Order: sequence, then C-alpha cells, then structure tokens
Amino acid sequence: MKASMVKRLIIYTFKGGFKMKKIEAIIRPTKFDEVVQGLSEAGITCGMTITEVKGFGRQKGFVEIYRGREYEIRFIPKIKIEIVLNDELVEKAISVIIEKAKTGEVGDGKIFIFNLEDAIRIRTGQRGKEAL
Amino acid sequence: MKQLALIFIILLSLSKFSLADNGIQPKIDTGDTAWMIVATALVMLMTVPGLALFYGGLAKRKDTLNTIAMSFISFSIVSILWVIYGYSLVFGEDILGIIGSPSKIFLSGVNPNKISGTIPEYIFIIFQLTFAAITVALVSGALIERMKFSAWVLFCILWMTLAYLPVAHWVWGGGFLAKLGALDFAGGTVVHINAGIASLIGSIMLGKRRDTSLIPHNLTMVATGTGLLWFGWFGFNAGSALAANGLSGVAFINTNTAAASAALSWMFTEWLYSKKPTLLGIASGAIAGLVAITPAAGFVNIIGAIIIGIVAGIVPYFAVIRLKPKFGYDDTLDVFGIHGVAGTIGALMTGLFADPTINEAGKGAFFGNPYQFLIQLLAVAVTIVYVSIISFFVFLIIKLLLGLRVDRNDELIGLDESQHGEKAYNLHI
Repeated sequence: MKASMVKRLIIYTFKGGFKMKKIEAIIRPTKFDEVVQGLSEAGITCGMTITEVKGFGRQKGFVEIYRGREYEIRFIPKIKIEIVLNDELVEKAISVIIEKAKTGEVGDGKIFIFNLEDAIRIRTGQRGKEAL
Repeated sequence: MKQLALIFIILLSLSKFSLADNGIQPKIDTGDTAWMIVATALVMLMTVPGLALFYGGLAKRKDTLNTIAMSFISFSIVSILWVIYGYSLVFGEDILGIIGSPSKIFLSGVNPNKISGTIPEYIFIIFQLTFAAITVALVSGALIERMKFSAWVLFCILWMTLAYLPVAHWVWGGGFLAKLGALDFAGGTVVHINAGIASLIGSIMLGKRRDTSLIPHNLTMVATGTGLLWFGWFGFNAGSALAANGLSGVAFINTNTAAASAALSWMFTEWLYSKKPTLLGIASGAIAGLVAITPAAGFVNIIGAIIIGIVAGIVPYFAVIRLKPKFGYDDTLDVFGIHGVAGTIGALMTGLFADPTINEAGKGAFFGNPYQFLIQLLAVAVTIVYVSIISFFVFLIIKLLLGLRVDRNDELIGLDESQHGEKAYNLHI
C-alpha cells in the first residue's frame, strides 16, 4: 500500500474527510451577475460551475402563447451555481448568495450544502484542499 | 433504338416546320429572360431553405431534420418528375379541358430555340417546376412529427401526379377553369388551396401526434425562413407576369403591400385577443398575406392589396385558434389554417377587387362584373372537392402500401433519430 493512500485512509477514517463542502445554489437568472460579483468581492475565487436549469418549487409556472394557443410552462428557468469550498468559507458564501439573490418573493431559489469526500486536480493529481 | 432516333428526327423537323410556318419569327426578349431566370431562382429559394427553415424552426428539436428533409426531398422529387412528364401533362396541348397531352414527355420537342411568350421555353419549364415543388412541400407542414419518411416520398410522387398536375392544367394549362375565365395570377387555387386541402385531409388521416403542442424549438429559424419566403415570393408573384414589365411591377408592389398589411393585422388581432404581439404571429400574418395576394397580385390595385392583406391577417388567425381546436384535427403547422384559408380568401377576393385598369384580363364584382365572383367561387369549389377526394385516396393507398405513421417509440424518440439516424444538435465539440 502506497504512503499517500495510507495518509488518505487516515484522514477519511479519523478526521472526517478533507473538510470540504459543495454548495449548489439554484437562483434567479436575473440575480446571477450580482451573485457572481458578490462572491468574487468576498474573496471566494476558487472557481465555480454554472448550468442553465429548469425546475419548479413553490413558484407557479407561467404561460407562453404560440399561434394563439396557451401553454402552461411549469418548469421555470433558473441558474445553478456549483462551488466547492473549504469548510471555513462556506458560511460566508451562503450569506453572500442570500444577500445577493434574495428578492423576498416566491421563486428566489434554494441553496444545498453537501459534504464532499475528495477533490482531484486532473493536471497534477493533487487531492483534497490542495486541489481547490 | 433506330425507331427512337427516327422519332427524334421527325420531332426535330416538325419543330423547325412550325417555326417556319409561323411567318413572324417569335423573338426572345433578353430583359424578360434575365428577369425570369432570377424569378425562378427566387421561387426555388422559397422551398429550400425558406419553407424548410420556417417549418424546421416550428418543429420540435427532435423532429426538425425530418421536417427540413421533407421540403428538400419534395423539391428533388418534383424536379425530376416535372421534366419527365409533369410539364407535359400541365402545359401540353389540352385534352378535353382535363389534362395536357403527354407529347412533351422528357421535354421532347423543346430545344434552345423554342420560345414561350418572350422567353426560352426552358426557362418557362423550370419556373413552373418551382411552383409544383413548393406546393408539394407545403403539405408537409401538416404531417410532420409522425409521418414515415418513406410514406412522404411516395406521397410526393402520387399527389404531385394526381392532384397538382390536373389542377394546374385546369387553371394555367388551358383547361376548363381557364376557359371559364377563372382568375389565378400566381397560384391561389393551384398552389395554396390545393396544398391546404391536402393538409387537412392528411392531418385527419394520419391522426393526432402523441404530443400535440406547437412550441417552436427555434423561432429565429422561423423568422429567417419567413424572410426568405417573403423575399422569394417576389419571384413567385412578380415572376408570374412572365415578363419584366408593368404587370410584374404591379404584382411586386401588391405582394409586398399585402404581406405587410397582414403581418400588422395578425399582430393587432393577437395583441387584442391573447395580449401579446408575438413574432410568430407577425411571421404567420406575413405568410397569410402573401398567400392571399397570390391569386390577386396581377389583377388588383393597391387598395385591393391592402384590404386583402388585412383580411388575411384576421380570418386565418381565427381559423388557427378556433377552428382547429373545435374540430380537433392535428394540422401541425396550420397549413390548412393559413394556406387553405388565406388562399380561399385571396381567390374569392380577386373576384371582387380585380381592377380592369390594372389588368384588362380581370374585372371583378366591384368593377361591374359580379359574374367573376361566381367563377372564382366555382373554381375554388371544384378545386376543394377534387383535391379532397384525390388526397383521400392518395393517403389511403400509402396507408395500405407502407403505412402512414411511425410507431409509438419512433415518434417519442423523434423522427430525426428514428427516420434518419441523425440529430440536429449534438454535444460533440
């Protein structure tokens, strides 16, 4: 067994992993720019992945009309931001996202936090926090 | 082989005799010829890519290639059949007012010196070819998202032969409707009522799609296609003067005026009824206006063009939003609602608004000749009845031979994948 693998095994077993979290925030497309700017001003510059998504929660759908026929569009366009962070930065990121993405109306979106087992930088093979 | 050569020589000599017999040598007008070459190319542009983009953008993303392929392949099939026998059966010597003689099969007897009016006959042949092609292609809009591609190929062959050729002969080839004095400048009955009725029959016989929504997958394609159709329509209508002259000028300005009026009237109708002026509505209105002015383009004055345009933006709108849901046929892209209805409006209104100071060949009811309206009504009725019956049998034959619809699974995964093994949009970079 290689030394690096032993080291990781110890971290997983006794230290509760690398202490990283993944934040998945579903936000309004109109708030996207503010959220990105807010995060970078708060020093959260480790990178992010975004996706145009569609979905529904409590917010009602809307109606589109093509050739006079109304279509109830239930799935509403949102943007999903995924960020992986060290534990200590997580609360800060959450507060920035809430501050920037909130309008107070139904449909502001949600933030999900996941414990992250590991991260690997493909170029170097670095793992854990070093890979962020 | 020897016999064929003999026939060829005889035909060749006959054609020389007929020219010599004429006394006055008909002359090619180079201006007319140049314009008609351009007009022909413009009408070609209407089918591919104009109609292909218009329909392709309205289709679902999993069915868009199939929709585009339907237009491409109709153009190709008609191109071949037209030079084999189509032209002859429409424009060959009239037989009992019903059909043209097959004497010009494989364009026999036509050569570079043959003249039709003031242009080479070859140009006339291919100009008319583009009309036949778009008429067949138009029908596809009603049938997309569920029709077998093989069934569509067979449809192009059968329907063009049995429906388009006779009606085109009746109206343009010296058939009985032409003898009666029915006015159809560029194809209101021949092209649009024809295609509209076949679409209605076809959509009923194919049955509904499993998902009957019409949510365009790409409205920018629809807008591009509409623009190309509008542009190509100048060739369609102004070219139908068959010359570069005052009449083509009238047809040109009437075409544009009616398209613009209908785009506006559809938009305002929609704004009033469903609260939003949609781009699809503006585009649909423009097409409806172009359809309605088609039979009238070379007969009406500018006021007639504006009124025809306004009506064409309102009546088809209600045909699409009221008639279709009421009767429940799944005319996917509203070919009947727009081409059938606006084509009928245009054909009938030509009988009202034809102004003899614009074109002495046409005098409408508002200019003291109510009889013309009745002739128009008769021409429309004859076309509707004939094309309904023929289209029914054409679809029936295809159903028995090949089946009309793809199976459930093929429809769900989309016709691009199931019929062609292709996808319009791929992730590969």
